[in-house]
Amino acid sequence: MRRTWATSGRVLRQLRHDPRTVGLMLVVPCLLLTLLRYVFDDRPDVFDRAAPILLAIFPFTVMFVITSVAVLRERSTGTLERVLTTPMSKLDILAGYAIAFGAASVVQVGLALAVCLGPLGLQVPGNLGLVVAFTFVDALLGMALGLFLSAFAHSEFQAVQFLPAFVLPQLLLCGLLAPRAQMAPVLRWLSDVMPLSYAVDGVKRAAVTSTWTAAITTDLLVVCLSVPIALGLGALSLRRQTP
Amino acid sequence: MSAAVEIDRLSVVRGGQPVLLELSATVDAGTVTGLIGPSGSGKTTLMRCLMGLQRTAIGAVRVLGRPAGAQATRGRVGYVTQGVSVYLDLTVAENLAYFAAAVGASRAEEAAALDAVALGEFADRRVDRLSGGQQARVSLATALLGGPELLVLDEPTVGLDPLLRDELWTLFHRLAASGATLLVSSHVMDEARRCDRLMLLREGKLLADGSPTDLLARTGADDLDAAFLRLVRAQPEGS
Repeated sequence: MRRTWATSGRVLRQLRHDPRTVGLMLVVPCLLLTLLRYVFDDRPDVFDRAAPILLAIFPFTVMFVITSVAVLRERSTGTLERVLTTPMSKLDILAGYAIAFGAASVVQVGLALAVCLGPLGLQVPGNLGLVVAFTFVDALLGMALGLFLSAFAHSEFQAVQFLPAFVLPQLLLCGLLAPRAQMAPVLRWLSDVMPLSYAVDGVKRAAVTSTWTAAITTDLLVVCLSVPIALGLGALSLRRQTP
Repeated sequence: MSAAVEIDRLSVVRGGQPVLLELSATVDAGTVTGLIGPSGSGKTTLMRCLMGLQRTAIGAVRVLGRPAGAQATRGRVGYVTQGVSVYLDLTVAENLAYFAAAVGASRAEEAAALDAVALGEFADRRVDRLSGGQQARVSLATALLGGPELLVLDEPTVGLDPLLRDELWTLFHRLAASGATLLVSSHVMDEARRCDRLMLLREGKLLADGSPTDLLARTGADDLDAAFLRLVRAQPEGS
């Protein structure tokens, strides 16, 4: 455990030395939500419906990008290889990243939520705690997927391209723009295998009702189970040996 | 004298090209052994094999009595890569603290490692604000943590001023005197003089292996540069 904490401390220290990234991470979601609020200035019901979904999507997207670039950097500068020649295990590194970025996403979501519920006047008639839980697991999922996909990028340019290539399709198909039930069968099928769809479904449901339904349980389970699967794939991609 | 490293017919083929060819050698414990050869001769690949990082290695490599890269020996082998493999966006002290946690070294060892590479006054400086030579020394300091029994150093003195280079070689011999084994690669012949033993590498093959005085006596050359040339020319054509 000591090595895991050392890794998360190190990752957080790297973030601290990069205040601009931290600023962007914290301020951008708040700004976008504010923008959304005034785009639908005369339709507060639309904002109340869309804001919880965006709250779930922002940390996913931001964690995805930050993790894929951070881990890619570790791979390309040789620090990953160097650390793996010490008794530090892959699990220490994975868990260290998960704890550090998990903590960062808690702050990010907390701030965005405070802005929404305070000055922007968001009304969440459903289960607010559950919405927050979905958001947090979503951030971890974004982190785990970013870690895995960083194995397929050879430069930071490529890693950043994974955002449109990998995250945008999920955004298009997750039910944010069009209801999933009305999609053509192929798109519906694609949507069904994307974890973000369940996160968005779950947040939508939790935001409107405070009763815990079976559908919410399914959504939460799928998102929660996707995290260890993605982390497992990430672990496979952290190789000690390279050609 | 026991062997810290035993290499038995090690070959590495990368992209259809042999990088190392049927290489066999041992590194005696408690010595400073120089791995000398021109750039592209396979020095880095050989060192990666010792660390268990080379996926396509054929042959046997035993380090401290165990297969290369074995879990049990990881804390006992220090490695400095050719590039600077520390976190550029952290301070010197933060880097040392992280690598100390990885190998389980104490705060006192962190301070000692910093002193050994003469970077004490830069402890709170971010690594990316340091010069290339200073960055290489941070990398070296992280490898000294935990009192490793074997140090594998890939060109640790590149870009350093002669005074500092001299200090580091003194440090290497001090570590060897206290029982550690050092394998240091270099493409500079004047560093070869300072090694107890030399492994001359060229095009993936071990050209010669012995102490500097051995090599001079064997080739009848006046200096190691000339000895290296004679050894290359003595090789059969086309091999």
